[in-house]
Parts: sequence; structure tokens; C-alpha cells
Amino acid sequence: MSDKSETMLYLDGVSVSFDGFRALNHLSIIVHPAEMLAIIGPNGAGKTTMMDIITGKTRPDDGEVLFDGRTDLTKLDEASIANLGIGRKFQKPTVFESHSVWDNIVLSLKKPRNVFSALGYIETASDKARITEILETVRLAHRKDELAADLSHGQKQWLEIGMLLAQDPKLLLVDEPVAGMTDSETMETAKLLRDIATTRSVVVVEHDMSFVRELDTRVTCLAEGSVLAEGTLDQVSANPVVIERYLGR
Amino acid sequence: MITQMLFRALDKKAIWLVVVLVAVAVLVPASNLLLPEGHPLHVPTYLVSLFGKYLTYAMLALALDLVWGYVGILSLGHGAFFALGGYAMGMYLMRQIGPRGVYANPILPDFMVFLNYKELPWYWYGFDMFWFAMAMVVIVPGLLAFVFGWFAFRSRVTGVYLSIITQALTFALLLAFFRNDFGFGGNNGLTDFKDILGFNIQAQSTRATLFALSAGFLALFVLICSAIVNSKLGKVMVAVRDAESRTRFLGWRPENVKLFAFTVSAVMAGIAGALYVPQVGIINPGEFAPENSIEAVIWVAVGGRGTIIGPIIGAILVNMGKSFFTGALPDYWLFALGGLFVVVTLFLPKGIVGLFQKARARRGIETAKPSTVTPAKPAAEPAE
Repeated sequence: MSDKSETMLYLDGVSVSFDGFRALNHLSIIVHPAEMLAIIGPNGAGKTTMMDIITGKTRPDDGEVLFDGRTDLTKLDEASIANLGIGRKFQKPTVFESHSVWDNIVLSLKKPRNVFSALGYIETASDKARITEILETVRLAHRKDELAADLSHGQKQWLEIGMLLAQDPKLLLVDEPVAGMTDSETMETAKLLRDIATTRSVVVVEHDMSFVRELDTRVTCLAEGSVLAEGTLDQVSANPVVIERYLGR
Repeated sequence: MITQMLFRALDKKAIWLVVVLVAVAVLVPASNLLLPEGHPLHVPTYLVSLFGKYLTYAMLALALDLVWGYVGILSLGHGAFFALGGYAMGMYLMRQIGPRGVYANPILPDFMVFLNYKELPWYWYGFDMFWFAMAMVVIVPGLLAFVFGWFAFRSRVTGVYLSIITQALTFALLLAFFRNDFGFGGNNGLTDFKDILGFNIQAQSTRATLFALSAGFLALFVLICSAIVNSKLGKVMVAVRDAESRTRFLGWRPENVKLFAFTVSAVMAGIAGALYVPQVGIINPGEFAPENSIEAVIWVAVGGRGTIIGPIIGAILVNMGKSFFTGALPDYWLFALGGLFVVVTLFLPKGIVGLFQKARARRGIETAKPSTVTPAKPAAEPAE
């Protein structure tokens, strides 16, 4: 692990405990620029904790977390990390329910985040075009004026992906993006994520194996806070340890 | 940028409200001063003062709504900022009395002579100048809110804990201002005002002018609040209210958004207090009482939080009720207030304004833009 500078995300020997429970145990993961990594693993394997550490919500007890090969993420708070270019989609879709779909994207759009520039912000024609483009990508253009609260579960997932795109991040952390989606929506989401991964780094956590297969990318299986197996989905799912501790159960 | 903001602030509802308030600011004093007593449209002076007081309460309610209705900070200590603004005005009015006091001391106010002060405490310097006192009306509440908010919001104190600290803040000030050696008149506060900028404070024309100023400032605050909540910052405020931690992961800093709203709100509350004091003729530590701050919360809840017009309606109606009850059935006012709060909480979660919106929606007329009026139940914290 000497080529840190070539990586987008670099986790080395990361450990964290909550009240004596070791949620992450010397976890090491690397994601390269414009690469997608799918993470699978049983409940309690530490997938969400890993995302919490990358996005600054939780501080690791030990280990190194680098972004873009040089920025130490363990020293920064959530807002600074988000502004560096790390976007996160939560397991439970979290959109701003009392805002319209359009305004949800406006709030996410990559713009100065200080109080006074927000106070004086004026939606330019290019901003409008960009928002429309994003809403078309996530197929919500026809519902742009409706409240986010009125969207279906699957549409909220898409809106959150749209909010991620609006942030224009270098690294996207996507937690269970297809929960509550129909099969065809799941396939669409896989296609969208593959498109995104041609220019950005993407980390996807997912339980749905058919979706992971559709992503057609490198897979890491976590269990009890560390890496159990790595490789293609076929390699990982053929691994006897993985079958015993995750798939077989 | 300023014109753009002003343009945005003037949505249809805000225009109407500002027009009505400006009309009130002109017509009520005109009717009081120009029409003879006994004319059917004459507004008696006592009513001018009474409603002038209600207008300052409406400003306090609007200020509180900016932080509670839009950012979700339930401040139970906003009366403190109102009272501090009031004290700054009171100090100016005390210094204007000069040698006309009972003890005829040209420098020291009566209570200082009475308490054996030999010279004016340093923090009373400058209050003989109107501009200085008016600067303090803005600076003291604003600075206190900024420092308080800086620590509270940075440490991520939220919800009921923050409410309790704001309550403690106003209670601490209450106790401090009650002390005679604190230098603000102790229990009795500041009173016996004679004149303001050379005009007799009891004069009918002064009272009418103060009323006009109150209505005018309320109209200005409506414009300011409307400009804030209609901007992108206003959308961030509502986002912070509904899903604070989600905004962090989008790169916003909720603590800064809250600090801005809290400070602006405290300044507005301070100005309201400064207009209140000359109209009621006294400021005493009772204004810091926690009950006052809680009552202001009820005004906002009754009118409809998360709207601009709601808190204004709520403050005026509840206080009219209070004036009626304390005159007709003095023993029952607190029961009525408590009952009102229960009824509003149970049946009118969006207050009186919500009731009208519902009626309008039922009749199929265009509903108000929901994004700014629906204080949605806060979404559960994202991610576990």
C-alpha cells in the first residue's frame, strides 16, 4: 500500500469501537479514481460505520483515512468533507420533505455554502439548465414542483441520487440505493451508477445480489469489521468463507 | 443584489401585509390626531397606545417565528432580547429626565440618588445621546445572541436542551436585573419618563408617532423576514429545521445558519422592546420573566408558525384576549391561556393561518405555496 497518491479513497488499518464492541477491525480499502467498488456483507459488518468514518460523522480510534491521496479525513467535520467532494446517499432515503423536488436539487447544487452567498443567491439560467438536466437523469423532471414528501420510496432514492449528482462530487458513497425499487428501476439504477463511475469514484453498499451482479465491478465482502474477501462477484461468492459467514446463512 | 432581494421579498402575501401595515401606520394616528373626539372614526388615545403595544408584541412574535418556525430553534428566552432593547431605551429616557426628577440631580437618575450612588456607573455613559442608545438597542441583544449562539450551536446543543438554556439565560438576567447594586433600578426598574427627543412622552402626538413607528418597523421586519425566508438561505433554514444532519452532508454548516437567524431575530426583538418601553412608560425586571418568553411562543403557535403573517395575528389576538380577560375575569386568564395552548396544539397544529389554508384548499382555491408554510414534522435523523 505504498501508492497512496494514486488513490481516491485510502483506508488503512481503521478500527473503531463503540462501548467495547469493535465495529471496524483493521479495515483496509482502496478505491481508485473513476472506479466503482461494491461492498457486500452481513448486517453489523461495519458497512455503515465505514461510511460514517469517511464522511466525518464518526472518528476512528486508529488507522489512516485519506481522500484524493493526501487529505486526512479524520481531522475534518462533515461539512468540510462534503465540500471536498464526497457525496453520500443514506440507507434510509433522506430528502427535505417540505421542499419541492426542484428545491432539493437547488440546495445540493455545488455553490458556495456560506450564509451570505446563500442569502444573495440568484438562480441563473445555467443553474436552471443544470437542475433540469439532473432531474431528467433521475426521471423526476415531471414532478419538479411537487413536495419531496409526496414521492414514492423509490423516487426518493432517485431524488437523493440526483442530489448527489448536483453536488458534483469526486467520490460517491451510496448506501443501499435500490431498497424499495421495482426490478426495472433497479436495473436503471445500476446503469446510472455505471455511467457515473466512468468519471467518478463510487462506493456502493448493497444486499441485493442481482443488483451487484448488474454493477459488474470489483466486490469486497466485509464481515465483523474487516475484509473477508475481494475480487469479482463470482470469485467472492464462490469463496467458502463468504458462503459460510454471509451467503449461506 | 439588494434590488433582486427586495423583489423576491415582495411576494403577493408580503405585499398585502406591508400595504396594510403602512395604511395602519398612517390612518390610525391621523384619525387620532385630526378627527375631533366624538367623531365615529376617531381612535381614542388609550387605544392607540394599547395597539401600539400589541404591535411591538407582534414584532417579538415575528422575530421568534424566524428562529422557531423556520429554523426549528424553540427559544424560550426571547423575552430577554426584548427586555434588553427596552432597557437600552429606558436608560436613554432616564437620562432625559435630568434635573426634573424628585431629587433634582442633573446627572443621576432618582433611583441612584436613593441608593447612594456617588457618580454615574460607566455603563450609563453615552445614554444621554439618542443615537448611542439606539445603537445599544441593536448591539446589546445582537451581541448577546451572537455569543450565546456561537457556543450553543457550535456545541450542537439542540432541541429541548437548547430551549432550557435559553430559559436559563432569561432567568439569569431576571435575577441580575432585580439586584439593586446591578445599577438598573432593581425591582422598580426604570420609569417616570418625561420626554423623548424633546417631545413630551405623554403627549397625544408623541403617542401617535410611536404607534406609527411601531407599525412602520413591523412592516420593515415583514420585508426583512420575507426576504430571508424566500432566499436560498431560507430554504436551507427549513432544511436545517427538518433534517439538520442531512444538511451537513451536503456541505452546509447548520450552526452558521442558526447563528445568523438567531442574531437577526434578537436584534428585531430588541428594537421591539425599545418601541414598547416609551409606550407603556416603564421597564422593570419582570420583562425578563420566563413566563413572558413562553407567552410569546404561544402567540406564534396560535397564529401559525412558519408563516410571516401568523405570529402577527397570534400576538395581536392573544393580547386582545388578555386585555379583555384581565379586565373582565382576571382570575381566569391563565386558565384561558393554558386552554388555548392545548386546543391549538391538539387541533390547530398550524395555528389560525393553517385553519384558513385548510378552508381555502377545501374550496379548491389555489393553496399557499406549501414549502414555506408547512412546518413538517422533523424527519428522523438520517442514517444510523
